[in-house]
Amino acid sequence: MLSLVVRRLGLLVVVLFGLSLLLFAWVRALPGDPARALLGEKATPAGIAAVNERYGFDQPVWQQYLTYLGQIVRGDFGASINTGEPVVTTFFERFPATIELSIAALVLAIALGIPLGYLAARRRGGWLDNIVVGWSLLGVVVPVFFLAVILKYALAIQFGWFPTSGRQNARIDATHITNFYVLDGLLTREWDASWDALVHLVLPALALGSIPLAIIVRITRASVLDVLSDDHVRTAQAKGLPRGVISRRHVLRNALLPVSTTLGLQAGALLSGAVLTETVFSINGIGSYLFDAVTQLDYPVLQGFILFIAVVYALVNLVVDVSYGFIDPRVRVS
Amino acid sequence: MSAVDVLGTPAPAEATGEAGAGPWLSAWRRLRRNPSGIVGAVIVLVFVLVAIAAPLLAPYRPATSEWFGEVTPTTVPGPSDEHLLGLDSFGSDLLTQLIYGARSSLVIGVVSTAIGLAAGAVLGILAGGIGGKVDTIVMRVVDVLLSIPALLLAVSVAALLGRGSFSIMLAISAAQVPIFARLLRASLLAQRGQDYVVALRSLGLRQRRIVVGHMLPNSLGPVLVQATLTLATAVIEVAALSFLGLGDPNPAVAEWGRMLVTAQDRLDQAPHLALYPGIAIAITALGFTLLGEALREALDPRSSR
Repeated sequence: MLSLVVRRLGLLVVVLFGLSLLLFAWVRALPGDPARALLGEKATPAGIAAVNERYGFDQPVWQQYLTYLGQIVRGDFGASINTGEPVVTTFFERFPATIELSIAALVLAIALGIPLGYLAARRRGGWLDNIVVGWSLLGVVVPVFFLAVILKYALAIQFGWFPTSGRQNARIDATHITNFYVLDGLLTREWDASWDALVHLVLPALALGSIPLAIIVRITRASVLDVLSDDHVRTAQAKGLPRGVISRRHVLRNALLPVSTTLGLQAGALLSGAVLTETVFSINGIGSYLFDAVTQLDYPVLQGFILFIAVVYALVNLVVDVSYGFIDPRVRVS
Repeated sequence: MSAVDVLGTPAPAEATGEAGAGPWLSAWRRLRRNPSGIVGAVIVLVFVLVAIAAPLLAPYRPATSEWFGEVTPTTVPGPSDEHLLGLDSFGSDLLTQLIYGARSSLVIGVVSTAIGLAAGAVLGILAGGIGGKVDTIVMRVVDVLLSIPALLLAVSVAALLGRGSFSIMLAISAAQVPIFARLLRASLLAQRGQDYVVALRSLGLRQRRIVVGHMLPNSLGPVLVQATLTLATAVIEVAALSFLGLGDPNPAVAEWGRMLVTAQDRLDQAPHLALYPGIAIAITALGFTLLGEALREALDPRSSR
């Protein structure tokens, strides 16, 4: 188990090194002179030279890369060219919003998806099964951002049950420690702040959760069907074990294996979907920041964020693979 | 990796159909009997026809903002005799915009899938056909590509090439390359040990000839299925990227994703502006998904469940 983690972390280092090279080359290949872009219409040769010197754009490319690599290793990702804010600071301000949304969506999808998939498989061909299969197809083809717009219109604008945008009511003067607003409220015992942040999360999480929900339902259903016809389930039934015990210990535990691997593969889709959902509900996550960086050629921000996201993405997949070993002891042996 | 071998094995032609019926013909027969496949095929056909015949079908020209004067800050004119679905918020005919939106979705979707398929196929053939060190290197590159979430990949491409349809195409295909590369590699590896390949090799055929002339045609089925399913995601991704503002800089352009963005500003006055393009995206994606899954079942009857 430990060797798996070590090996995977080693691979992560290799991948990150390749990625840093790629990002470095990519950012240098962007159209437009960064110094000129930064200074805009007021660009004078002297001004450009000054900016180049300050950010090191005038040095040989290999030296720029070495400097960049050295800074990364020390945890220094530079500062945004536009705002002057350190990239790391902004990352820890913005990323929690995106992660909070993704986690809420995933929790919702798991809480709904596994029972629904299980029940659908248990009564295969029944009305619930038909609805679940139909809806899960719909979840695949309806774009997240469209669903988000519909939910916003129906439940926020028409009925006013939920807020239309933002992460927390501006009138609530909450203290933020981790920038996970729900968690912050719990930590500081400001229950109303926590509750308000949670209410703000409902619609975005519903919209974003539609992607993993559809997939979780489909895979749970298919793998429960698989396991139900297995010999060991028939044996358990023949032994006269109670139905509940068979379901929990013999069916669900085996059926959830494929579900847990797909969850890891969904991390990327979830992130992309989160960025889209953020724009609909005006949530200040990484989405808007990243797109501003693209339009304004903010090199340090682009490099830093993509590297951060790749790390998070890789770690999520690692965690999923390790948890796979906990759910299925057979994996640990082989 | 050995599990892939079983999945990628195509059934021998003789086993799947009656005497004289090739695998493609018997697949066609199975496809015709699949109701959801027919629904999917009809949707796809209508979508393609609308996209191609857009200038004939659309009552006006797209993105003209011709009736901009009729749009006020608080109202967008609804359906009338001249405009069956009303106007959009830029003063163009909504029906015309929707019809031309099909056209740009089709063009971007098909071109990007073609590029992704071609590039992925080359990588997959290199990896699966040659094997050894080439295989290792290619698959590492694919792993790095996969380690970047598709949307970030797309954003990077768009940043590199500037905003516009072309960068959306490349962005979407960049995300598809690993999918096709892995698919073809797995399929080629699965066939490598099969009797007919061994036989061809013992006949003295060159590796390249065996791969291109014999193994590749046998991988056509899964590739076709994947390409159809990929078109469904491509249609959604086209909309997603232009929703994020990476597409054509002109905000009035006839593109479903862009129409959805601008509709958001007037969601409380004119929700139908968001509803129509959203439904159009969903139905088109549904069509390609149904067709793709029906194709999968038709080409590989054992996979149906």
